[in-house]
Amino acid sequence: MQRRTIHIDESPIRLEKWRQYLPNWLKRFLPSGGGNAEDHHGKGIFGFVVFLLSESIVFLSFILTYVALRLTHTDWLPPGVKGPDLSTFVMINTVILLSSSFVIQPAENALRRNQLNKFRFLWLTTIAMGTYFLVGQGIEWSQLDFGLTTGLVGSTFYVLTGFHGLHVLTGVILQVTMLVRSFIPGNYNKGHFGASVTTLFWHFVDIVWVFLFSLLYLWQA
Amino acid sequence: MTHDSSINTDGELNNSSNESEQNWRRYFSFSTDHKVIGVQYMAMTFMFFLIGGLLAMIIRAELLTPEANVVDRPLYNGLFTMHGTIMIFLWIIPFNAGLANYLVPLMIGARDMAFPLLNAIAFWILPPAGLLLLSSFLLPNGTAQSGWWSYPPISLQVPPGYINGEFIWIVSLILIGISSIMGAINFLTTIFWMRAPGMTFFRMPVFVWSVMSAQLLQLINLPALTGALILLLFDLSLGTQFFKPLENGDPVIYQHLFWFYSHPAVYIMALPAFGIFAEVLPAFARNPLFGYRSVALATLGIALVSIFVWVHHMFTSATPNWMRMTFMVTSMLVAVPTGVKAFAWTATIWRSKLHLETPMLFAMGGATMFIFGGITGVMLAATPFDIHVNNTYFVVGHFHYVVFNTITMAIFAAIYFWFPKITGRMYSEGWGKLHFWLTFIPANITFFSMHPLGLQGMLRRISSYDPQYQGWNIIASLGAFLLGASTLPFIANIVGSWLYGPRAVNNPWHATGLEWITSSPPPRDNFEEIPIVKRPPYDYGDPKYSVLENSNNRD
Ligand code: HEM
Ligand SMILES: [Cu+2]
Repeated sequence: MQRRTIHIDESPIRLEKWRQYLPNWLKRFLPSGGGNAEDHHGKGIFGFVVFLLSESIVFLSFILTYVALRLTHTDWLPPGVKGPDLSTFVMINTVILLSSSFVIQPAENALRRNQLNKFRFLWLTTIAMGTYFLVGQGIEWSQLDFGLTTGLVGSTFYVLTGFHGLHVLTGVILQVTMLVRSFIPGNYNKGHFGASVTTLFWHFVDIVWVFLFSLLYLWQA
Repeated sequence: MTHDSSINTDGELNNSSNESEQNWRRYFSFSTDHKVIGVQYMAMTFMFFLIGGLLAMIIRAELLTPEANVVDRPLYNGLFTMHGTIMIFLWIIPFNAGLANYLVPLMIGARDMAFPLLNAIAFWILPPAGLLLLSSFLLPNGTAQSGWWSYPPISLQVPPGYINGEFIWIVSLILIGISSIMGAINFLTTIFWMRAPGMTFFRMPVFVWSVMSAQLLQLINLPALTGALILLLFDLSLGTQFFKPLENGDPVIYQHLFWFYSHPAVYIMALPAFGIFAEVLPAFARNPLFGYRSVALATLGIALVSIFVWVHHMFTSATPNWMRMTFMVTSMLVAVPTGVKAFAWTATIWRSKLHLETPMLFAMGGATMFIFGGITGVMLAATPFDIHVNNTYFVVGHFHYVVFNTITMAIFAAIYFWFPKITGRMYSEGWGKLHFWLTFIPANITFFSMHPLGLQGMLRRISSYDPQYQGWNIIASLGAFLLGASTLPFIANIVGSWLYGPRAVNNPWHATGLEWITSSPPPRDNFEEIPIVKRPPYDYGDPKYSVLENSNNRD
């Protein structure tokens, strides 16, 4: 088969050259100068990371709004209202959520090594931890002595934790879907794309929580 | 002799058995072909352009006389709000997305976008979102009234909790934003991962660089607007207090988030237009694009600098002086990479033999008008001057030189330039030229008049004004009506030529991009063979390209 070739010239700067100096993981992420169209996994991961980048900006816009409002208000809490406080309950919730990142990653690695049962077990553990966090947040919400419309503290607290909670919920739903799919014969092969993406998403949700936790609970007036 | 055997696709007539051409129905179906989606975007956004233009005509009719006698004040507010919103979010931005959808895979030698299904979904979010926005004209209280930027607290002064124009406005804008973010993910992945073998970054056409830079801005800045709109929606309908000054909230935060997106949005709109100039000018000047690399990097540079200038829209929003100074300087910095571009366009056509076909007329017209709009832009970036003319017609004149006289003109250049590729037919040159002159002259009449009006102190967003302003307003309105009429020869030309125009060859302009080596229109998978790229773009220096022979036997 004759391939169409157009003119002859070398363009000196090529991405491949830069790639020689990049660490391994970046090399896996960044494509070379073309011919990668068939690498569906890599392409998909790239797209997903780009998506997470846009998500983090939405979070950032909420967080910066919160910070700006906090810094310009001395009367943050309406009279008689107690802000969100750092109870052991919240601590445990946080620890559970953050440590789930260290469960889901081995799960994904197991899948890459084709250890399906180990994957299912660790994956299920992650689901349990995520669910625990969601239920815990619900309980915490119901016990707070301010509501969504109680001043800026209510507006910011519920919107920030609620938006994050929505992401946790999405993560759990993704995880359940992937777990169910792992029982469909032939659906799961080594390093399933859906599982990789869910893992990335879960890490993202955890990292966001580190920021929210520090701002909402640790930063007290 | 790879060199010779490669390019003789130039003169070859389009293979009329190309099944994709007959089947026009696919343009009305849910397709994942990037070319179909591209055309769908462009056709749909043009409908919105007509609607937005119609609204502008009503505004201009109102402004013919000093009294408010054509529409009542709330409706007038609704008209300029919807006009601005539609023109930005349903005309220029999605049109560029459509054009890029059509061209980027072809230009980088790919068979489709990276995620075809996501691509289709992103498109199909838009028609419902647009209709939703328009539907607010039917509400008892009418559409949103606080202008396309929807500043609180004005935008919050509507009955809370009800479905009102403002609520609908926010929801449709969030939907449009989601669609754009999907698009950005798709474009960036496509450009990074789907390039044909040998298509390195510095062999990409400047149009692709422009799309890449603009989509990077969509990705980084648009989510901030989405965040702001979500908070505004909560303030409006759930009783939160983020932006309510009377309840401790801070409306200026909204302004920051809004302009963090909406200033770069200017470049999301303008960069693809600059990309179009970079494709059309070399092709009709038969010259390589001057300083290709600097232009490519300047594209990215403009995008990056534009992220750090948003406060120049807030010089009068109780902004502290140190911030005003800082952002005045960063704003003026944009002029540097922009100057590189303008210089490159000039140098490209300098002392070359110009072929003044319709795309070239529109490209040269648009590029020239950009110089004017750019100059008034730098003037506005100077804080003291901006404070003087803030919210006057000077500002309106400035941004219409950019959004209409530059970007919309570039869009017309693109439509004519790639029309043969997209439809497999040639348009009529005579009607095209008529369209150009009917656009170019009235556009200048209309939008130039706004500058003296602004300097004399006429405010924007008012339906009645002091009689001393009537002279220039009459001129502006007459120009606008002519401008409105100019779409008629355009539509006639496009529809007529698509149906009955002479068949186009694969490469009627003897241009050098990859899109021209495949058939017109391209087959489902774009290329019979994925090309291997071994040369830089804009290779017009090659004598093979420097004569415009066999130019489709038109006129
Ligand atoms: C057909 C040609 C056009 C005419 C005659 C026209 C005319 C006008 C007029 C009279 C206003 C009202 C100014 C005011 O009351 O503040 C306006 C506002 C505006 N126009 Fe256009 N325009 C045209 C095309 C466009 C295009 C292509 C865009 C693309 C972005 C655009 C974007 C805007 C925006 C953003 C506003 C501000 C709306 C606001 O104040 O909220 N216009 N235009
Ligand atoms: Cu700006």
